[in-house]
Amino acid sequence: MAEPALSETDIDSAGLAVRLRAVIKTYDNGVTALGPLDLDVAKGEFVSLLGPSGCGKSTALRLIAGLSAPSAGTVNVSHHANRKDGRHPIGFVFQEPTLMPWASVRENVRLPLKLSHAPAADADSRIEGALAQVGLSEFADAYPRELSGGMKMRVSLARALVTDPDILLLDEPFAALDEITRFRLNNDLLDLWRRLHKTVIFVTHSVFESVYLSQRVTVMTARPGRLASEFHIDTVEPRGEEFRTSAEYAAYCREVSSALAPSYSGQRSA
Amino acid sequence: MSSFQNIGRMLLPVVVLAAGLALWELVVRVNDIQPYVLPSPYVVFQTLVSDWPVLSESLGVTLLTTLEGFIAAAIGGVALALLFNQSKWLEYSLFPYAVILQVTPVIAIAPLLLIYLPQQTAVIVCAWIVGFFPVLSNTTLGLNSVDRNLAGLFQLYGASRLQTLRYLKLPAALPYILGGLRIAGGLSLIGAVVAEIAAGTAGAGSGLAFRIAESGYRLNIPRMFAALLLLSVAGIVIYGLLALVSHLVLRRWHESALGKEN
Repeated sequence: MAEPALSETDIDSAGLAVRLRAVIKTYDNGVTALGPLDLDVAKGEFVSLLGPSGCGKSTALRLIAGLSAPSAGTVNVSHHANRKDGRHPIGFVFQEPTLMPWASVRENVRLPLKLSHAPAADADSRIEGALAQVGLSEFADAYPRELSGGMKMRVSLARALVTDPDILLLDEPFAALDEITRFRLNNDLLDLWRRLHKTVIFVTHSVFESVYLSQRVTVMTARPGRLASEFHIDTVEPRGEEFRTSAEYAAYCREVSSALAPSYSGQRSA
Repeated sequence: MSSFQNIGRMLLPVVVLAAGLALWELVVRVNDIQPYVLPSPYVVFQTLVSDWPVLSESLGVTLLTTLEGFIAAAIGGVALALLFNQSKWLEYSLFPYAVILQVTPVIAIAPLLLIYLPQQTAVIVCAWIVGFFPVLSNTTLGLNSVDRNLAGLFQLYGASRLQTLRYLKLPAALPYILGGLRIAGGLSLIGAVVAEIAAGTAGAGSGLAFRIAESGYRLNIPRMFAALLLLSVAGIVIYGLLALVSHLVLRRWHESALGKEN
């Protein structure tokens, strides 16, 4: 715990995208939501934070994004990107699509570029590119209310990708979707990750989703969330439907589930 | 809703109006009531036509006052709400006085204003006083009802205060602002009328409310009714126009402007 804080270049040279050390988050009302938590995420890695509701996994994501400050400990994020060219190191996708209802799909995706004063010249082509990546090119002029839940989530994903971030933070993005849509978006996300080589930190409370998607599943305890255990999911890539129905997948899920069970036993209303 | 029901919805108020007018006409004729006691609808209509030069001029005066008061209320209400949103201390210091201004009956303030201000200014100030509060409170509500995650997203991308205001808070508040304006439109008319009546008793003015007061003194009851009719129509038109503007602005995205089938 007495480890000195590392500078961003240090964690860069260590090949890390994110490093959390003894991070604690206590809210104004005295509730400790998180920690102490240690977490290293390598560049290009796909990591899931898995835990019961209220264990602080979303809090951890907000800390990494810089949306709130830790009460104690250090949060280091590798900053490659030069803000001037409209690149932004972090893309964030919330549990809800969180789109501006008054703006078209195109304008919603344009928002990060507009806010970081990206040159307007290549903005349009970037937006087209981001929309193409999530398969929504034809819906650029639609309004959010005209889209289905899954399509709204894709817009949200395109908006996170438009700044070409190094790190994608996803906060239970598919929790509210039906199963078929969720499976499809899982596959699309894996596909994007393989093509774009982003670091992905994926928060979920679904064992099945975390095992299917990630290289590493980190199981968290009930509040205040700490690291309970870790699982490396080593399987034949690329993953697809045959992995989802394999005995290997089922075995991983069983293992992770049993590691997660103690996190729930402490809760009164589980 | 079937088209039959739709037609019924539009037709019923018209039928009620026609029946009411017919009954009124009948009562006046059967009992041979004199026009200075209760004019029949026909006489009121006749007066409206014959007195149109006087009445239309008064209508113009009242509408202009209302418009000026409404614009002042709209600008003042939105501007104050924006100021309050930027500085909590300013809000804490000034909001109570906005409430006091709102809860004190304007009819009681009007005579005082007429003492201290030129008459035309006093009338506009009255229209402003009753109109600005709904704009202020609605805009404040709207600015504070921004989606928390969207606000987080703006923070993530390092949005400036001005960007947050322009791209997030104002659009999010727009439906609320328009709702406030819809209320303020009708209230501005009321404020203008109240002030005109207060001014009218001082013996000056030329608006519709002044015509009503003046006709009352002269027992010109048909003209009172005609002026009242014009005031009602003006109120309805103002409300309808603002509702139309609200619909046109919000129709692409806001629930209030969307059809039920969605």
